[in-house]
Amino acid sequence: MTAFVDSAGLWLLGLLGLALILAFVRLLRGPNLPDRVVALDLMTTIGVAVCGVYAVTMDKLVYLDVAIVMALITFVGTVALARYLEEKSKR
Amino acid sequence: MNGMVLEIFCLVLAAIGVFLQIVAAVGVVRMPDLLTRMHASSKAATLGAALIILAAGLHFGGTGPVVRAVLIILFLFITAPVAAHMIGRAGYRSGVKMADETVIDEYRPCVEDDADPGPGTDDHRR
Repeated sequence: MTAFVDSAGLWLLGLLGLALILAFVRLLRGPNLPDRVVALDLMTTIGVAVCGVYAVTMDKLVYLDVAIVMALITFVGTVALARYLEEKSKR
Repeated sequence: MNGMVLEIFCLVLAAIGVFLQIVAAVGVVRMPDLLTRMHASSKAATLGAALIILAAGLHFGGTGPVVRAVLIILFLFITAPVAAHMIGRAGYRSGVKMADETVIDEYRPCVEDDADPGPGTDDHRR
């Protein structure tokens, strides 16, 4: 039973990696800075999800704390970039 | 038996969450426009991450993991709409073009009002 759950966790991690790659494509191609900020935001949200799946798969509770910190840090970074964009567009 | 049912329930929750994350990523790549891209990413990705974290909290069980999971979901659900609002506003005001298929733009008059504050109006936002 646990072996089944473990391999399913590895499959889910692989699929999350696919989502991460897709978001990175937008980060590379995004025509404007806001598109890139959106892609970065999505990548950190996927990172939170990766932390959750990894914690279950490897049976390590610590990774939930990592997910808390990531969920907080991504907000600060996104707000800072949005403020920067808005101030820059005023000039 | 009970533990097995819980494991399968967690697995289903996590699978739905991963599916939503992939939908968000595909939307961010495929959508034509900044605002539609945000529409794809902010809602689906937040719900997907919340489902996965909930599955992790249920998997570990006990007070500590569940409290941590609820904290993460609370943070995500409070911060994601605020961040998306700020990016959308900043992007629109910095002049990012909307898609050609856009039918209506009700925000444009407000921005034009803002750019030219009449006499006697004090702009506190700066």
